[in-house]
Amino acid sequence: MSSKHNGVFKQIVVLLLALFGALLVGALFLILAKSDPIKAYGVMFSGPLGDKFGITETLVRTVPLLLVGLGIVISFRSGIINIGAEGQILAGAIGATAVGTSLSNVPAMILLPVVFVAGGACGAIWGGIAGWLKARLSVNEILSTVMLNQIALQLYLFLIRGPLIDPKEVSYGTGVPQTALIPEQIWLSRLVPGTRIHTGLIFALVLAVLVYVFLWKTSRGYRLRAVGAGAEAARYAGIKVEWYLVLAMAMAGGMAGLAGVVEVTGVHHRSLEGLSAGYGFSGIVAALFGRLHPLGTIPASILFGALLVGADMMQRAVNIPAAMIMVIQGLVVLFVVSSDYFLRNPDSIVKFKAKLLGQKWIGEVGSKWKDS
Amino acid sequence: MEGFMSIDIFIIILATGVRLATPFLLAALGEMFVQRSGVYNLGVEGIMMMGAFAGFFATLQQGSPLLGIIVSLAIGALMGLIMAFVSVTFKAEQGISGIGLYMFGWGLSGLLFRLYVGGVTSIDGLKPIAIPMLSDIPLIGQVLFNHNVLVYTAFLLVPLSGIVLYKTSWGLNIRAVGNKPEAADTLGVSVVKIRYQCLIVGGMLAALAGAFLTIGQANMYADNITAGRGFIAIALVYFGRWSPWGILLGSLLFSMADSFQSMVQVLGINFPYELAVILPYMVTIIALAISYGRVWAPAALGKPFERGTRG
Repeated sequence: MSSKHNGVFKQIVVLLLALFGALLVGALFLILAKSDPIKAYGVMFSGPLGDKFGITETLVRTVPLLLVGLGIVISFRSGIINIGAEGQILAGAIGATAVGTSLSNVPAMILLPVVFVAGGACGAIWGGIAGWLKARLSVNEILSTVMLNQIALQLYLFLIRGPLIDPKEVSYGTGVPQTALIPEQIWLSRLVPGTRIHTGLIFALVLAVLVYVFLWKTSRGYRLRAVGAGAEAARYAGIKVEWYLVLAMAMAGGMAGLAGVVEVTGVHHRSLEGLSAGYGFSGIVAALFGRLHPLGTIPASILFGALLVGADMMQRAVNIPAAMIMVIQGLVVLFVVSSDYFLRNPDSIVKFKAKLLGQKWIGEVGSKWKDS
Repeated sequence: MEGFMSIDIFIIILATGVRLATPFLLAALGEMFVQRSGVYNLGVEGIMMMGAFAGFFATLQQGSPLLGIIVSLAIGALMGLIMAFVSVTFKAEQGISGIGLYMFGWGLSGLLFRLYVGGVTSIDGLKPIAIPMLSDIPLIGQVLFNHNVLVYTAFLLVPLSGIVLYKTSWGLNIRAVGNKPEAADTLGVSVVKIRYQCLIVGGMLAALAGAFLTIGQANMYADNITAGRGFIAIALVYFGRWSPWGILLGSLLFSMADSFQSMVQVLGINFPYELAVILPYMVTIIALAISYGRVWAPAALGKPFERGTRG
């Protein structure tokens, strides 16, 4: 998506313009909702930055966004449009919870890594299925990941309502669909006492650097990106395209699975309803906004983490339903992919203006994205 | 469990299956036109959600399901127009634009519902219209000829879409634009205009599919009422090889599975609800997997059109 001819500065300007455009359209809906957009946006943007609570909550949301976003970067860079993160998060969460609760006497030194590996592996398998279906049977990954999301959600609900339900919920007769708590020794420690921000943030930041190193400094990462740049060309160059498709999806699923693991070990300490909380989609937005670069995804995840917290605050302060944030995120995606048009060929702004004025012009853009 | 497969239950499963085929048919036929013109619209689910809400809300306000249908068609056209603007005019990557449109429709329908309705509210939806004479035929009458107007519309659209696609000059233009846009352009067919038209028609049909769920099926609105049907509809376009009759076959296969799945629950067979619900999604993946090897697809599918380039 990014090109060497475009400076980082110019890309940032275009991204901010896209965000501004999305917010502007969003303002129309706020007016429709008989709300003052300036006041509503004021709360949404200043709230998360206002105090310790806002900042730490922003970072709490940043962690799963970044992890999911890193997986999206890997899959999109290899030419796969993975929208299965919601299901992969749930797979990771339930895997981590099942292992954590069943091995509760094992010391943290051993159990914590085991839980992370188990959850990551569950996510990787769930993502890998879509990769395998695409590589071997040419099943469109967008459709297969949507279906796998639905399947994962139902399996997850089945497990937390039935086989894995907290025995206390059964004995008390309350029946809240949630699993037992994972043992306390593997709860991630808090970075700031009295807040929810946990060490998962450091884990996610380290992974962002590792993903960057993998994609740009290793030959595997290079081949993976080559597959994304053009599967046929990569095949001619002797790259096993099918294998890399499965690898990319397994890695993407693994990242999303780890997002599920940190939500369990760092925030909820169990699996419960609504755990994925739309992070699977918000992570796509963060990755796109980070120009599909692992390091760019870090500030993008913080930004969208803040917007998620801000949307909750907006709901409380001016009574705008938090669903508003999904509208804005959808608009951001539409604006960002549209603005690519201007990054791909710099002359287009002049030409577009000419077109708006009714003059004839001839386009000459080539599509960067290739569909397989 | 006595009489599990009695004739009455058999008829109910079939009749429900016919009714449940409606949203698949409407959305998939719309998407067929879109893809035939060379564009993927993966935002179908989002458009369906908007159509479901718009149809529900107009019916709730004015008490007229007919008005609900009209409003949802208008909203669908608008959503199609947005997709056309992004993917045709700005030539944005179509898969990602579709996800953006999905999120937009998902968020907006949820937002409007919370703002203007809030809770569970039922409406007076469309009533079944028994076709005189035909509905009296034993078995077939109940299965085929006692449905609401959207069900009949969806099934009539199957042959109609076939005629439009293969027997009219507009259909010829659509197929040309989807297969050889350069050639069509040379012959004076506006690629952009045809793609805009198809996306608008596709949007209207997707919204109608959504409206069916609220005013023709559930008589209420709930979050995520579409439950992935928009994506299944896209899968049906592949499965049906971009042909109306193939789509009809696929839609019926799905809706019958869905109908059977819901009967399992009604009959009280001891099988976990969540695992039964999975069935249509599993079938979708299997259907896509066995479509493998049947490689024909509109040649320009997913490729933005550039004048002066050779395909």
